[in-house]
Amino acid sequence: MTETRRQHDLSVTETVEASSVAAGITPGLPPDDPLHAGGETRSQWRDVWRQFRSHRGAMVALVLFVSTILFVLVGPYLWTIDPTYVDIRARNSGFSVAHPLGTDQLGRDMLARLMAGGRVSIAVGLTAMIIAITLGSLIGLVSGYFRRMDAPLMRLTELFLALPLLPLLLLMVTLFREPLSQSFGPAMGTFILIVSAIGATSWMQAARIVRGDVLGLKEREFILAAKSIGTPAHRMILRHVLPNVLSPIMVAATLGIATAIITESALSFLGLGFPPDFPTWGRLLYDAVDQMVMYPWRVILPGLFISLTVLCVNYIGDGLRDAMDPRIRGR
Amino acid sequence: MLTFTTRRLLLAIPTLLFISLVIFLLLEASPGDPLGDVPLTVPPEVKERMREALGLGSPWYVRYVLWLKQFFWVEPLYWFDHVFGTQFSAGMQRIISFQSRSPVFDVIAQRVPQTLTVVGFSYLVGILIAIPIGIISAYKQYSWFDQLGTFVSMIGFSMPTFFTGVVLIIIFGVKLQWFPSVYDTTLEVRDWNSFWAQVRQMIMPVTVLALYNAAQISRFMRASMLDNLGQDYVRTARAKGLSEKTVVLKHVLRNSLIPVITVIALGLPAVFGGAIITEQVFKVNGLGQLLITAIHGNDIPMVLTLTFIFAILIVLFTLIADILYGILDPRIRYD
Amino acid sequence: MKKALVSALALMMASPAVAERGSDGELRVLYWQAASVLNPYLSTGAKDVDPASMVLEPLALVGNDGALIPVLAAEIPSIENGGISEDFTTVTWRLKPGVTWSDGTPLTAADVAFTADYCMAPGFGCAVLAEFEGIKTVEAVDDRTVRIHYGAPKYPPLQAFVGGRTPILQKAQFEPCLGEAGASCTRQNFGPIGTGPFRVTSFEPGNVSTFEANPHYRDPAKPAFATVTIKGGGDAMAAARAVLETGEFDFAWNLQLAPDIVAPMEAAGKGKLVGSFGSMVERIELNQTDPSPALGKERSTLAHPHPFLTDPAVRRALSMAIDRPILAELAYGPAGKPTCTIVPVPLDFTSGRDDCLKQDIQGANRLLDEAGWLPGPDGVRQKDGVPLRLVFQTTVNAVRQDVQSLVKQWWSEIGVATDLKTIDGTVFFGGDAGNPDSRARFLADAQMFTDAFYLPDPASFLEEFVCSRVPNDENQWQGNNSVRFCDPDFDARMAALNQTGAARERHRIAKEMTDMLTADGHVVLPLIHRGMIGAHANSLAGILPNGWEGSLWNIADWSRAE
Repeated sequence: MTETRRQHDLSVTETVEASSVAAGITPGLPPDDPLHAGGETRSQWRDVWRQFRSHRGAMVALVLFVSTILFVLVGPYLWTIDPTYVDIRARNSGFSVAHPLGTDQLGRDMLARLMAGGRVSIAVGLTAMIIAITLGSLIGLVSGYFRRMDAPLMRLTELFLALPLLPLLLLMVTLFREPLSQSFGPAMGTFILIVSAIGATSWMQAARIVRGDVLGLKEREFILAAKSIGTPAHRMILRHVLPNVLSPIMVAATLGIATAIITESALSFLGLGFPPDFPTWGRLLYDAVDQMVMYPWRVILPGLFISLTVLCVNYIGDGLRDAMDPRIRGR
Repeated sequence: MLTFTTRRLLLAIPTLLFISLVIFLLLEASPGDPLGDVPLTVPPEVKERMREALGLGSPWYVRYVLWLKQFFWVEPLYWFDHVFGTQFSAGMQRIISFQSRSPVFDVIAQRVPQTLTVVGFSYLVGILIAIPIGIISAYKQYSWFDQLGTFVSMIGFSMPTFFTGVVLIIIFGVKLQWFPSVYDTTLEVRDWNSFWAQVRQMIMPVTVLALYNAAQISRFMRASMLDNLGQDYVRTARAKGLSEKTVVLKHVLRNSLIPVITVIALGLPAVFGGAIITEQVFKVNGLGQLLITAIHGNDIPMVLTLTFIFAILIVLFTLIADILYGILDPRIRYD
Repeated sequence: MKKALVSALALMMASPAVAERGSDGELRVLYWQAASVLNPYLSTGAKDVDPASMVLEPLALVGNDGALIPVLAAEIPSIENGGISEDFTTVTWRLKPGVTWSDGTPLTAADVAFTADYCMAPGFGCAVLAEFEGIKTVEAVDDRTVRIHYGAPKYPPLQAFVGGRTPILQKAQFEPCLGEAGASCTRQNFGPIGTGPFRVTSFEPGNVSTFEANPHYRDPAKPAFATVTIKGGGDAMAAARAVLETGEFDFAWNLQLAPDIVAPMEAAGKGKLVGSFGSMVERIELNQTDPSPALGKERSTLAHPHPFLTDPAVRRALSMAIDRPILAELAYGPAGKPTCTIVPVPLDFTSGRDDCLKQDIQGANRLLDEAGWLPGPDGVRQKDGVPLRLVFQTTVNAVRQDVQSLVKQWWSEIGVATDLKTIDGTVFFGGDAGNPDSRARFLADAQMFTDAFYLPDPASFLEEFVCSRVPNDENQWQGNNSVRFCDPDFDARMAALNQTGAARERHRIAKEMTDMLTADGHVVLPLIHRGMIGAHANSLAGILPNGWEGSLWNIADWSRAE
């Protein structure tokens, strides 16, 4: 009996804390910093940031990730060689002043190609991952929480899992390539096509995982408690259920970026991707695999960037998760 | 639980029929042509006759219903005959592949052994590595073991198998010559020598795939364990004086398995689907290679049959996962 | 002359001391695309025809120089020996005496006649039906004589049963497979009985097939190998590695790889590359009709001529800007030679125009200036508001993508802007009417692919370019004239070619027609005369390149040289 009572109390505390994360204020608790007590600036996010900063791995990852983003965003303004410019005389050159990271088999500058490729790969990786995770979490939450929606949504998930990917993607290109590139321009149209293709075909795992967790979660005491005080469904999901399934979502998100970057390169073999002379990290890696023995740097560099990005996102995700968890914060 | 299972199994029939229709229509609508490989000099009239010989002259619904009949009636009859020596299926047309003009089930049966040995074994290895790694990493969060595990699994997951496979081949196949770079499907294991040959040719593809699978599963295991280690019931269990081993391996592990079960249940049907890239890199020629060549050749009967079997397995394994949720966490109820 | 000397030398090397049948053990061959069926009448892909050619044989093969070599025939029919009738309506073949099938039964003229019936049977969908076009009947005159009757004079008369794509099948084995039944004759299609040096022991479609020496083969000393294993799967790079670096296999087929990748592998010293050049030419087609999206259903139809590719000056300039020798060197290496014609062999049919081999950027710029195409503010040339901006499509293939990038660079140097597009190969070569990305639909300004023909006479190949073959809505976008070239002069010459038997006259007309397309018209820009590159272990002897037939065409002569 006491056990349940205690659990109940704890759950309520947790509920309050969890809701305050989203609300951005700390009700009832004595402020750590009296100077800003009660003010908007003394927010939970500041606590989260403070906790995040103490996570060494996450901080290193954040610095590296920001530098990678700067490298691909600002880099092309400093290093102005066109990544598609073919210079046959300079082909296969090693590291030199003219080409700090060498050139490829057609004499295109590797540094410029890595920077241009990174823009696309990071943008595609993040966007496609966000689409897939949002879609997956939403479907997982809804089908796990509302019994009525469970069967139809899970049958839909099974359908998507069963569809053969390649014909599906080919069909998407055939149907949407021209209309999209006419309404958004060729580059943006292709981008939309790629991220939605990847997103639409990779949300199922996240959906199944979230649903599985929600099924267990919704029978837990604190959820029953919150329900009993009449919390409406959307608030239940957003404030109580979602924060508690965040960590598998984080894992799925980190893995999703890696998958999206690689899938993008696979898409270009269907003619679905960007124009063939346009570099992306995944494609640079794939194209260089055959030349690996003679020109190892051509695989090492894009491979390094992909792994680095994925590792950074993973550590940032770890740091964020720890920082957002009220049980760990302040420990 | 029994009524739930029965209901789900009954519901699976219309679901699967619908899935097969969607797959069929998808294959119909997606561009490509079974005659795409025919030389350009072949005149269009000849191509038209070849198309008709493949049965492509009739409308799509006729072909779909024919396939349904062949899949659910002729093929079971054929295998029944095969086992019991009866003659029920005599004169009936089985599902015929466009590419090889042979029954698709015969070809699938040829490919199952190497797929199960290589892909299935690697999945098993992956699970066996991943779960302990995930548990230890979570229990000793931010220890050197955890950091190393994170690093290796993230690298392992972000490096595509077309890259890791070729690296292994260059190091162990070409430079050191320890393992063969081409998988021999005709090898029969009869004695220690042939067993050793089989092990040698399996090592590289299994390593590549197991690394990839273990990376994924161990991440989910670790995250889920971390979530549960901080829960109050763990504190309670410890306070009750239960040994650390019981707390972690019985209470925490059991509660952390749900996402892992989900991932594994999604992964097991994929074993049947084969590993397209790894099979290609090591020339395993299993079901993955069969599917990809069938897709490239627009071999609709083959692709449809393979993906439909795949769909059956998906429906089956999600059901198994749902049942396992209920066993792991008795609070979960479906009725 | 030099060529003849080389092949004579090769021939001498190819015949080592008389060996015993089956004395050289196992031959291991790697085809990175695996055979799906062993019956060339069902599938004409090289991956299927090559393994089948070890078992099944035609009456005659085409030699590397384009001359016919009798195989099951005693001699090649000609007007002089009476084998071809004066009016070109009948062809009489005499079979070699004493040839038996691998089951010990004798080969007869009835088998040949049956094979023709098999292919021409309605409802079967024979893949090589075009080679039997015009045949009225095939009659077995006696056991060793077979006569082909054409409905009308046939030029050239020797088509069916010439080359590995139309071999002779055994009547006794294939009789139940006539017509519609042919589609599901799995046992026959996977294990045909043949007259060739090997017979099938096992066949798994798409994976691996094994063969053993045919005990009834007509030359008692051949083949030197007792068994052959043909493994499929992987890719060209892995195949090259397995022969040149690890030595796991003796022969690998079709290694289209960048030269700077294969050269060091060959230098490792385990094996050699061997190239054979047939009629394959990589070409760029310049769309003669307007693919602009604004036209809707009428895109790329003859109703709307292309806004600038119909200007001969623009087409010529595009051709002049391309440095074909550099393309060959960078992208193809031993697998390609620069060419200015789409009919590179047989030499009698090849027009000697090679003025395209020298790149001339300045000349191209001058030509465009004179034609009134002047650079706009963005550097792209234009006239009357029409900019020289084009979409250049091809299939997904590393070598082709390199070529695309190079060509785009050169065209940019003459003020032509290019957008590149790639399409999956099966989609590009697919023929379904609703497919917007197919070669025949051609919704782009330029496209690049390889085309080839299989008998040493280009007539049926040139027929691709007649006006009636232009794909359009009515014929469901079927038709081989994807470039949409429509010229009454060309069609008239085609008609003349189909009426002409005299060899010299045929050569002249064919050369004129080729030049209309390439050297004069620049509608089709030939780039590379492509070869088939194989790799073989140093210990393998007897391999002779032959561009017209498959890589395994003379496998009976292969042997292990220590």
